[in-house]
Parts: sequence; structure tokens; C-alpha cells
Amino acid sequence: MPDVVISAATQVLAHVPSLARHGSKPRRELAKNEEQAEKFAAALRSYDDAAAYPPHQAWIGNIHPRDLPARPWSANAGEPQRSGRFGEVMPEAEFLGLLAAVDDFELFALSPEAARTAAEALAAHPLAKAFDLDRIERSVGDIDKVAGEPNALRLTDGAAMRCAQVDDESLSAHVLVDNLAAKATATLALLHLLDRSGIDPTSVEYVIGCGEEAIGDRYQRGGGNLAKAVAESAGLTEASGADVKNFCAAFVPALVTASALVGAGVFKRVAIISGGSLAKLGMKFQGHLAKGLPIMEDVLGGTATLVEADDGTSPKVRLDVVGRHRVSAGGSAAEVMKALAVEPLTRNGVAMTDIDDFATELHNPEITEPQGSGNVPERNYRTIAALAAAKGDIERSDIASFVTERGMPGYAPTQGHLASALCYTPHALDRLTSGDARKVMMLAKGSLFLGRMCQLSDGMSVLLERNAEEVK
Amino acid sequence: MLQGKKVIAVGERDGISGPAIAACAKAAGADVVFVATECFV
Amino acid sequence: MDLQSQEAILKASQTHDKSDLVVLLGSPDPESATIAAETVIVGDPSYAGALAGAQLGLLTYHVLEEEVHADVPDDVWEAQIGVMADVLEADQLAQTVRGFRDQN
Repeated sequence: MPDVVISAATQVLAHVPSLARHGSKPRRELAKNEEQAEKFAAALRSYDDAAAYPPHQAWIGNIHPRDLPARPWSANAGEPQRSGRFGEVMPEAEFLGLLAAVDDFELFALSPEAARTAAEALAAHPLAKAFDLDRIERSVGDIDKVAGEPNALRLTDGAAMRCAQVDDESLSAHVLVDNLAAKATATLALLHLLDRSGIDPTSVEYVIGCGEEAIGDRYQRGGGNLAKAVAESAGLTEASGADVKNFCAAFVPALVTASALVGAGVFKRVAIISGGSLAKLGMKFQGHLAKGLPIMEDVLGGTATLVEADDGTSPKVRLDVVGRHRVSAGGSAAEVMKALAVEPLTRNGVAMTDIDDFATELHNPEITEPQGSGNVPERNYRTIAALAAAKGDIERSDIASFVTERGMPGYAPTQGHLASALCYTPHALDRLTSGDARKVMMLAKGSLFLGRMCQLSDGMSVLLERNAEEVK
Repeated sequence: MLQGKKVIAVGERDGISGPAIAACAKAAGADVVFVATECFV
Repeated sequence: MDLQSQEAILKASQTHDKSDLVVLLGSPDPESATIAAETVIVGDPSYAGALAGAQLGLLTYHVLEEEVHADVPDDVWEAQIGVMADVLEADQLAQTVRGFRDQN
């Protein structure tokens, strides 16, 4: 089987402070308490603050997460930079236009002013030719009137979402705007990938989605296939697609699947996409307000990755070094990490110290700590390091340096799949080509028990390797 | 201490999961009456 | 704490003799251990769930406390907990939960 590589990866953010109150937690809590709703509104960030925020600069590729400044990051932010090597931070006014541009059913409405502002800005966007700007005009409506329709949702003063079917929960305005936001962010990331890689869009034969949205109706609630919807929006006329569902862990099985398809000769080029989770906006707002912090969960992420046959330079996906968390493995965090970080390497004679970067759950600790959820990446890295010490690959006294050198601070929005190794992909490509890394291990984990079908977690891992590396 | 007790196992994904606590409790001679794992990210 | 968990715990406290019940927590840090312990002993601090103001006073330990560790066979402890006892700050967690236990 020929070698398979990741040849391109992009990721974007859409800054959407006005939509933050529609996240699941704020929408439930703010209705109970008007004072809190006012505090919430007052704590929203400006575009400049969000764009300058160092974790967001790490997201779009202007810095490596290990080069993040000292915390608190907002105190050490540089200039707001909209663009980075991996993508952009799109302002809200434009993103509202993008929502309209990818809305095939005209359920999303913009006021005339919002539509005009969005259309003008998007017409000046470097990727303008790829956006369906006509749709923005067709989305214009009287927002008060639209918001007054049965079960419609007023999103902002200038935007509203209709439901598609009044008595179908799966087609409610909230679900639809959640899904549309995922479609829009994923499409934007994919358009950036096409633009930056310069590939012929018709050369992509398949797209795999790895997000956590649920697209469907009352009879098929999670039918899915955001992938094909995004393929269409991005102009991939020769592609079909399907989604891989695995809670937060989905990127790695999506990557392994995409790579296996290419390696087996089924398809020549496969893209992997994911969009942001509107439901998770403002999720930890209570901790942020309590500590006098801004509402930091005000951005939606989107990603796109391209997999193809070995091109001689791009990092290889080592399909022989894949870790999986078996049903029988047991639920402890240590067992999950053993399955992902230890077993596949040991099986292939690779020492844990041969791995230059471990990419695991990279949630931004500035978001999680104020709400009492701790520093997730640090905990993950300490577990990996402890396992390395237990195995004898390092001394116990080296645990701290293992964490610093092979781990990294978290910088991802708290949007599940985005944080779970996926957001390191473009950095991994850099590190494994122009940087000095030889091996990067991608580890993704998911909380299956949230769906109440089993008490299990899942995880999967895969090794990425510098091209022309000696295969051990 | 746990022998013969009825245990409620409330785990956390980033700490010790519910099933892991339950397995320990069972091995210690307890009867596990509820298991859950919380996930806050 | 998850609302469904709160309901299940309330139900368990009504079904079983309180003296038979033991809550074992797996929180990774003192803040989440505090919320969990408070919920099952004093009541849901966010007043959102079935345990709001419930004051169940259930006997609660963190799974990493010495008293629990001592009861679990070594091989099971190793398989289920393993390195997590080192990675998580067991002493701090034990102290947090013991604090709630002693108060009640």
C-alpha cells in the first residue's frame, strides 16, 4: 500500500459575540437573571481584542502554541492580525453574510443593513469569488416580522433564524442555526485550503466530516453528512462525502479513514472538514463573569485537512501506528492514554521520547480554569509523561521537562472536536516540514457516555512522520 | 470500609471515570448502585 | 453536577439506608471536587438540580483517599487508577473532600 500524506491543513475562527448568548448554557441561564444578562452583554469582546488574543493567533498560525506569551494572555496580546498562515479570524458582520451565503433553504434572514454590510465586506474578501453573494440579498427580510414567525429565533437586531418545521424539534431554529454555523465555518476553512494549496477543486473525490453537529429531522435526527453540504458550498463538484461521528475524538478516525481510502487506492484526494459548535458558545460564562473576565467563548472554529498519496515532501500518516481504545480496556484515564500514547508506539518499536510533539486535548486553560475545570492539556500531558516514566522511557524526575518539551499550552476554543488534536494539524505540518520535528503523535478522545448509550469513552491516535524519514 | 456498602460512583472524564471507580468499589466488596462520568469540556 | 445524576442520587438516598450509602468521587481538581462534594452533602450549589438544598449529608470520599485505596486490591487499583494517582494531586483532593466530610 502506498504511503499517504497530509498535504495541507487550514483553520479559521469566526468572531461572533452577538451569538454567544445563544449558546446552550447562556440561553438557559441568562433568561433567569436579567442582571446577569446585562453583565454578560457588557463582558463581550471587541473584534480587535478577539483577533489579538494570543490563543487565536496560535489558532491561525501566527505563533506556535509553545511560543505563547506569559499568561494572562489578554494582557500580553500583540496587534490584532486577521490573517495567519493557516486561515483567518472573520468578523461577525461578515460571518452573518456567510451564514446567508451557505443557506440553501432561505431560513436565515438578515436585515437590509446587515445584509448590505456583509455583502460589501465579503465582496472585498480575497475569497469573494467563492462566496454566493446573491444569497445574501435574497436573505433580506424584516427581522421583527421573521422573529415573530412561529418558533423563529431572533439572533441579533439584524439577523433571525426560522425553524423549518414547527413541530419537529430536529428542525428547530436553534438546531438549524447551530448546523448552519458549522456549515459556514467548515466551508470557509475549506475555501482557504483550496486557495492556499492551489489544488484543482475537481481533484478532491471525497470529503469526510468530523464535527459534532446533528443534522437531520424528526425521523433521522443525526442523519448527518455535513461533509457533502460543505463540498457543494466549496465547489468540489467531483466529490461526495460522509461524516464520521465520534464525539470529540472524531478527527483521528476521520483521518485514519481518509488515509486508508487513499492508501487503498479508492480515492486520490480526500478532504476532512469540521465546523464550530454554536451550542458551546459562552459555556463557561459564569466562571468568567465571576472572575471579571471577558466572555471568551465567542468564536466558532472551522477546519479543513487534505489527504493524498505520498508527494515526497508532506508528512506521512503512519497507518501502521494507530492506537485505539478497546471496549475491554476500561474507563480510567490512564488506560485510555496507554491505548493511545503507549501501545501503538511500543508495538512499533518507537520510544515515547522519539515523539517530538504529542497533540492531545488542547482546550484553552484560560477558558476552563475560571469555571473549575482545570487545565486539560496539562493533565493529559502529565498522564502521558507519567506513563512514559512508568514504562522506563524517562526518569520520574524528567516528567516536568517531558511535559514542557513534548506537550504545549492549550489554545483551542472549548468546542470538542476542534480541541482534540485536530487544531494541531497545521502546526504539525509545519513542524514536520520546515521545522525540526520528526514525529508527531495525534491523540483524540471522546466522551461517548454523554449520549447515554454507554458509559464508555473512546479515543484514537495516529503517528505523523516527516517525509523521507527512515521507517523503523 | 466499603465492604457491603452501597456505592454511588460519580467520576469525571478528566479525573477518574465512573466505571473505574465502580470497578474499584466492586473489588472492595461494595454494591454499586449508581455510576456516572461527568465531562465539563 | 449533571441534573440526571442529581436525581439518581436523590432517589438512591430515598431507596437505601443512608448509613449504607457511600459516594466516591473522581474529580480531577479541588474546584470540581468541591462542587461535587458540596452537591451530595449540602446541596447543589447552583440550585439547578434535584439536590438543590437537599442536605443529604451522604458519606463522601474521593476515590484517591487512603481509606479507599486501602480497601481496593492492588491489581484492580493498578488497572483502574494506575498513574492517575500521581498525575492528579491526590493529597489536595483528599484534603478537599475530607474537609466536607469533617464539617458534616
